[in-house]
Amino acid sequence: MRVLNRLSILVVVLGISLQSALAEVKVGLVLDLGGKDDKSFNASAYEGATAARKKLGIYLKYVEPSDDNAFEPLLRAFAQKDFDLIIGIGFAQKEAIAKVAAQFPQKHFVVVDSQVDAPNVRSLMFQEHEGGFIVGAIAAMTSQTGKIGYIGGMDVPLIRRFETGYEAGAKKINPQITVIANYVGVTPSAWNNPPRGKELALAQYDAGADVIFAAAGASGFGVFDAAEERKKLAIGVDSNEDWVKPGQILTSMLKRVDLAVFSAIQDAQNGKFTAGLKRFGLADKGVDYSIDQYNEKLLPESVRQRADALKADIIAGKIVVPDYYKK
Amino acid sequence: MRKLLQPVLAVAFGLALGLGVTRLAGENPWHVLQILWKSAFGSRYDFGMTLFYSTPLIFTGLAVAVPFQAGLFNIGAEGQLTLGALATAAVGAVWPGLPWPLAPALAILAAVTAGTVWGAIPGWLRAKRGSHEVINTIMLNFIAAGLASYVTLYLLKNPDTQNPETRPIGAGYLISQFGIFGGAPVSVALPLAILAAVLVWIFLWRTVIGFEMRAVGQNESAARAAGINTGRMTIIALAVGGGLAGLVGVGEVLGNAGKFRLGFSPEYGFIGIAVALLGRNQPAGVVAAALLFGALHKGTADLDFETEHVTRELSLVLQALIILSVSADGLWSWMKKRSAA
Repeated sequence: MRVLNRLSILVVVLGISLQSALAEVKVGLVLDLGGKDDKSFNASAYEGATAARKKLGIYLKYVEPSDDNAFEPLLRAFAQKDFDLIIGIGFAQKEAIAKVAAQFPQKHFVVVDSQVDAPNVRSLMFQEHEGGFIVGAIAAMTSQTGKIGYIGGMDVPLIRRFETGYEAGAKKINPQITVIANYVGVTPSAWNNPPRGKELALAQYDAGADVIFAAAGASGFGVFDAAEERKKLAIGVDSNEDWVKPGQILTSMLKRVDLAVFSAIQDAQNGKFTAGLKRFGLADKGVDYSIDQYNEKLLPESVRQRADALKADIIAGKIVVPDYYKK
Repeated sequence: MRKLLQPVLAVAFGLALGLGVTRLAGENPWHVLQILWKSAFGSRYDFGMTLFYSTPLIFTGLAVAVPFQAGLFNIGAEGQLTLGALATAAVGAVWPGLPWPLAPALAILAAVTAGTVWGAIPGWLRAKRGSHEVINTIMLNFIAAGLASYVTLYLLKNPDTQNPETRPIGAGYLISQFGIFGGAPVSVALPLAILAAVLVWIFLWRTVIGFEMRAVGQNESAARAAGINTGRMTIIALAVGGGLAGLVGVGEVLGNAGKFRLGFSPEYGFIGIAVALLGRNQPAGVVAAALLFGALHKGTADLDFETEHVTRELSLVLQALIILSVSADGLWSWMKKRSAA
């Protein structure tokens, strides 16, 4: 009898440990309309999630929505199935996440680039102006003509925030510098219009700019094309885009959506998921500039040292970068 | 009988062919079909979303079918529905305090008016200037998109969000949603769409104008010789089509979003062409075809979840194959000849 008891305890214990080993976290990722192949914003989110799948062994499903009305059913479908953590990429999903999260209080949600106040939602926001400041300074240090360009994707406050930081950084290095700024458009299609991006970039180069920062999603490819055609420089955004046109891309302003998404998944797996707003800035490398084998020749040691000094000053609070959101 | 049999067979053939293609991607076609079915009709909510996507397709299908009966090809439903939805939201944003039922009545009137005007312009150009409606409706789509962007972003912008959308409409404008669909935004717009289909049938087959319009469509010179004002019929046909497309705004703005969002339409206007074609330009056929295409749009959304290799773009493949099989008229007459021989 006693043996049987012990055996049954053993079986139960074994069963429990087996179950906890098998219970992998299931993560559902709803991308923005740009899709995972934009090599920029969505690509970064997708990379973070796939890295989590490889390193943490989570189960991952991602979907690309067909239209604005599709966010909610997709988020809901994930919540209704046995997914534990549901991640929505982009400010367009704010309302849908708020609604679905309220209906599924036992599930965890993450929203990127906007804030949803709910007990089961973590909001990931980035200090885009700080990153813009650093690449603006690098652009000003590199420019020979005293003119630099900025090409934003869709004209929304988020992208204005990149611009104000960029301009402030450039003026910090050279107060006389001219910044020419254009936007690809006013609708979401502005994220994916490389011909228009190229047209604007060619006009800026011909007006004397020799470095252009493209914060324009997939429209940035047009800017890179123009840089190659005019033998000038461009700056990439969100993901490290230095490899896209080696020698033409001075650096990329990294917005580490991948890291933020990865850490949210990791927290969910360790049972440490917390709701609330998480900001990512220069201090925690949530925004940064890139150096790798594709652009190291374009960034001399002196430029890097000055950029890193500015970084340290911003982190220490000695420089306050103007924030478009607080205007 | 053949009129009914042919589209049904064409749909079955197109579906079978499209699902067969998934076999090449390493999926089990039967499994894919099950996913489509489950995602489109599997629960009240899923079925509700299917109906939600079908509703605008009924309107745009009719918007293409009516001018087609007069021999005109309306490629402009996308622009007409954009302005219809914009006008609906504009009324609601400018006068948010209006009480129900006056508020939705006014907004619906605005939707119809905006669409009608946008349809009448290419009609007038065709009738008076002889310029082709296909070119003009396409060009008016671009103008409508530009106008909608301008009004949304510069005149009626919602200050509380980064999304390109208008301020929310007043509460008195909202039309009721059916509760049985588990929260899917199926609103009174659906019965309105079916009512519109019935009215279109009465208009085309039970009124003098409808008869004259169809006469123009079947033989313009004969109609003119019979004393029909063909120019007037051209304008009316496209104006009615435009008004029907404008009604898409009712379900989207009053029954769902409560505001106009730029780019809300996953090309309802262009899918409407396929809906009209499959529905043989008959109101009942349009309703059935809209239901099928709505189910395809919703059904394929879950392919990303449930399969490894097939994505929601299968929806486009299936639409294309169904349309190809529907329009393979030559094949049908060949088969008929063969069976006769």
